[in-house]
Amino acid sequence: MNLLEIQRRMLEAVMQPLTPGEQMQPRARDGRSMHEVAAEFVKPNDRLSSFERLEIYNRQYWFRVLAALEEDFRGLGAIIGPRRFEALSKAYLIDCPSESFTLRNLGSRLEWWLRSHPEHIQPRAALALDMVRLEWAEIEAFDGAAEPVLIPEEMLASDPDPRFRLQPYIQLLSLRHPVDDLLLEIRKDDSDGEMASNAISERRKQTRVRKVARQKPQAVFLVVHRLDYSVYFKRIEAEAFLFLNALRQGKTLSDTAVLAFQGRDVPESKLLGIVQSWFANWSSLGWFCRPESPNKEIISSIERQS
Amino acid sequence: MPANPFNGFTDFGVGIGLRVPHYQHILSEKPVVDWFEIISENYMIDGGRPLHVLDQILERYRVVQHGVSMYFGSHEPANREHLKRLKTLVKRTKTPWLTDHLCWGSVDGTYSHDLLPMPYTFEAARLTAQKIREVRDFLEIPIAVENVSSYAEFHVSEMTEWEFLTEVVELADCGILLDVNNIYVSSRNHSFNPLDYVNGVPAERVAQIHIAGHSKFEKYILDTHDHPVIDPVWKLYARAIERAGRTATLLEWDDKIPSFEEVHNEALKAKQFVAEMAVAL
Repeated sequence: MNLLEIQRRMLEAVMQPLTPGEQMQPRARDGRSMHEVAAEFVKPNDRLSSFERLEIYNRQYWFRVLAALEEDFRGLGAIIGPRRFEALSKAYLIDCPSESFTLRNLGSRLEWWLRSHPEHIQPRAALALDMVRLEWAEIEAFDGAAEPVLIPEEMLASDPDPRFRLQPYIQLLSLRHPVDDLLLEIRKDDSDGEMASNAISERRKQTRVRKVARQKPQAVFLVVHRLDYSVYFKRIEAEAFLFLNALRQGKTLSDTAVLAFQGRDVPESKLLGIVQSWFANWSSLGWFCRPESPNKEIISSIERQS
Repeated sequence: MPANPFNGFTDFGVGIGLRVPHYQHILSEKPVVDWFEIISENYMIDGGRPLHVLDQILERYRVVQHGVSMYFGSHEPANREHLKRLKTLVKRTKTPWLTDHLCWGSVDGTYSHDLLPMPYTFEAARLTAQKIREVRDFLEIPIAVENVSSYAEFHVSEMTEWEFLTEVVELADCGILLDVNNIYVSSRNHSFNPLDYVNGVPAERVAQIHIAGHSKFEKYILDTHDHPVIDPVWKLYARAIERAGRTATLLEWDDKIPSFEEVHNEALKAKQFVAEMAVAL
């Protein structure tokens, strides 16, 4: 058996789901006895069979990836409950095992996967999807790139209709539920619970269930951003959301304003004041960055082509 | 004066792993620490707090990068995105050397996020050494490979683990990060004499040493990095520096992490062995 054959066989065994008792499955995917499969390439010793030695890695794999998903998606876990979250996580990881060198990216396909597996999040699928989007946006905002901050007046001085760039770490979310509030409440519960007794934690779980049940649909336009290296959620108006989205798409300032206020009953005399106040606020939060240099655009284009 | 050709860093002394629970203490108290080892993957990101903290650490301390997912032993080629990000970080930290594990962990683009054991075959040694050379050529810095703790062995193995390690580092012409705790853990799991391992590796290639604690179970030992270093591991450390000379040493503590002082004091015990070695010479 060569190196590649061993590695393929071992990884298949290691990534096979555990039994409900958290043991290695007695049968491989092809129906063969796992004892036989393990014995073909793993040596036993005087204390452990080939099966038991392979099982150590099988258990470690699942404990590690399940813990990583649980840490990243506590909000989703609170919405659907721990048992369903564990079942969801196992099903997701079977369909979408890690393709990245870092566990940070383990949940990158979760929203996409859930859209085709809504049975895991019914009957609160819309709420759960909103939460997944928020939790992934938070991961992206936490360690996304930050570029030198731009003062909008500097741009306007040289170009009356410029294209403003948003910081790469900024995430724009259009949500159907106020999951930002819910996630903060869930986290507050978690941090309050660090020193709690079992009795108190039971009461807290009930409170959490009530909070989730209380969630009513409500359109929320949210910017997930970073200030002093901490991630924050900032709600904005629908027009401001459209405005920022258009800026991110590379539209000019005038096109952005047209898109944001299209069909809205806002007097033209007030438009300038609204946009100016947005810019003042967003600029103070460091949301704008310098335009990409032409050289960088050329390099990116060459990289994409290659 | 370096103790050996792969160990130009004998003045590095004893460091500890940089871990999140200690960030605040280190930044506010600025304790005297010989050096910090960082897990490369924690900082192979585009921005945010981890890099901000790292930059502050770099202003004051020497930092060496240690990776957990290069998977030199995986049959597939090194991941290009991984290499590019790693090189960006190398430029940032100016790490004098870089370490990762002599193991595999991915197949056909799927990652286990574990340090899986190698079959000790000549084919595996050749492929692994070739990958180490490719990574070193891309990163343009010295590389040392670390022996891992293991819980399984393969029928196809053609040599002992230390013979395999020697074969790989000779073919790759690279250094060794000798983890004496991992040697102890594997020796108990596979019933060999750990001193045979320490005595069997080419001492002139030992660039760095890891020490750590582990957890004992009924039928095996797990490398958990959540306890102080035990005496038998210190004895292996003493023998390792006796053979390799003064060597940059690092304590790993990754789970149930105690206070900074407790971790640092545990690491500093290594200095006593270095002093004893100097007296003996």
